[in-house]
Amino acid sequence: MITTNSTNTPIFSLKNVCKGFGSAESRSEVLHDIHLDINNGELLAMVGFSGTGKTTLIKLLAGLETPDSGTVLFKDQPVTGTDPKRGVIFQNYSLLPWLTVTGNVGLAVDQLYRDRSKKERRDIIEHYVEMVGLSDAMFKRPAELSGGMRQRVSVARALSADPECLLMDEPLSALDALTRAVLQDQILEIWREQKKTVVLITNSVDEAILMADRIIPFTPGTPSTLGPEFVVPLARPRSRRSMNRNDLFKRLRNDIIHFLESEKKKNQATVVAESLVEIKQAS
Amino acid sequence: MKQKLINALDLIGFTWLIPLVRLATREEPGEQIKQFFTMVGLPVIGLVLFFVAWGLVASNIKTSVGKLPGPAKVWSSAGDMLTQHKIQKDKRARHYEKEAVRKQKYEEKFPGKIYEESQFSGSETIVDYIRTSLITVFFGFFMAVLIAVPLGVLCGLSKNFTAAINPIIQLCRPVSPLAWVLIVIVVVDGLFSFKGDIWRNTFLHAAITVCLCSLWATLSNTALGVSAVAQDHLNVARVLNLSPLKKVWKIILPSAVPYIFTGMRITLGIGWMVLIVSEMMASQKGLGHYIDLLYQNNNNESLAKIIVCIFIIGSIGFLLDRSMFVLQRAVSFGREVSA
Repeated sequence: MITTNSTNTPIFSLKNVCKGFGSAESRSEVLHDIHLDINNGELLAMVGFSGTGKTTLIKLLAGLETPDSGTVLFKDQPVTGTDPKRGVIFQNYSLLPWLTVTGNVGLAVDQLYRDRSKKERRDIIEHYVEMVGLSDAMFKRPAELSGGMRQRVSVARALSADPECLLMDEPLSALDALTRAVLQDQILEIWREQKKTVVLITNSVDEAILMADRIIPFTPGTPSTLGPEFVVPLARPRSRRSMNRNDLFKRLRNDIIHFLESEKKKNQATVVAESLVEIKQAS
Repeated sequence: MKQKLINALDLIGFTWLIPLVRLATREEPGEQIKQFFTMVGLPVIGLVLFFVAWGLVASNIKTSVGKLPGPAKVWSSAGDMLTQHKIQKDKRARHYEKEAVRKQKYEEKFPGKIYEESQFSGSETIVDYIRTSLITVFFGFFMAVLIAVPLGVLCGLSKNFTAAINPIIQLCRPVSPLAWVLIVIVVVDGLFSFKGDIWRNTFLHAAITVCLCSLWATLSNTALGVSAVAQDHLNVARVLNLSPLKKVWKIILPSAVPYIFTGMRITLGIGWMVLIVSEMMASQKGLGHYIDLLYQNNNNESLAKIIVCIFIIGSIGFLLDRSMFVLQRAVSFGREVSA
């Protein structure tokens, strides 16, 4: 029995999206010809090597960047700028060091609930700080918090805007394995309770299989594009311990890793071939 | 308790007391004594050597007003200046006591009439000069900050604005306070000529000169701080759709605050240096003016007093810098601040 929040209407729809940086001759393309539908309510994981445009894709979805060509649709409307409905969680937490935990969450709450009274806003802030289990650290500044706690503040800040989707850019990559496991469970719990679409960028295939409904790999090298999707048919809740013995899990992990590695070899082979051609032409 | 005390000492910049606190609780006594020696012992040795050397050479240096005063002479002059201050203070107190009595008698005699109190007209003492100088430098400093911070924020936000005013900044910054002060005298005297002597020759000349010479450090540091805001923090502002004004107020300014305070610390330091010169040239008050008076006296006793003033100026400058350092650390939230 597969339990998932997803329905069939896509919340995001990307068609022919290309994105590069630099101008004219020095331009290097990062993402090439991206086609992607993200279903409403699903937990989609995207895996890839570093430098394959993962962050760029999140920025395109968030509206922090605009595509050079192609379209990014959010609920059938083109994405033209940022919108608090699309919450973003950055890899390096992006907390403001001069604000306390409540101050950082309050920044979002004050902006989005401007019509509410001070007391009500206070309650909203406390609600979300409690949701990520930081009630004891409400008045601490980021410098006094551990990495895991900081990321939880960042999650609380994103959630407090009551977004329709959460875009997570390697949210757990900077954490140690134990903290990482705790936060994985916490994110899954929030996803289950809040019924929000989650796009999770990660560099860990295991994490992707453990958490996602669907996994889409980035092809290695630049420009990068998307590989075939891998549906995760494992029942929830998925236990970390039994995963290691689960054949389905093992096969899925092998398939994804095999895809990433073979693409990498192919990519290296073409780089070598291209440079050989260049050398020949030069001589 | 102990850790709190250590943190407090660290916060106010009294790091040299920390080994003593640790020593009192018998935490690695050998290490603490060593640390205390490097933090306090060595500086004291340095100072003592300096005074000894000064004492030795002083009697051999001839000046136009006799021999250069040695440490002992300067020390006794400092004592004289303090005694002078106490005498004036007593005189002043007695004067106003008498006046109060006179006032009472007058009002009993002529009820309904207002008694005109006579002001005390004793000479100013070193403490008065110090007070005037401090008020002047802070007046100039706050003027500088009020001008420099908003301009710096505009510079940091807009490349076009920077391009437009950069030539003026580069042109004004290297100008000596001596050149500025003359212009300031002429302009201020012209502006306030109708108001009589109260506005002339007061601290205004010196304060404006301080402001003109010192505001550049805060201006360029503020501009740097504003343009160096982390892209991540700006992304947060964008994701939350903060309005431009809110973005400046809630994200950019707080993140530039450590830079602004670094600039303010430099500004206050330059301001204090410029102040003495401009008081000498333009004012009839303050430490700079006092040094000028002493110089005009042209005798050995005055030379000793000038040296006392130099120590006072140096110590106050040091204290101002330390206080700014403490402030600067308080707003930096864990980022390193160079002492």
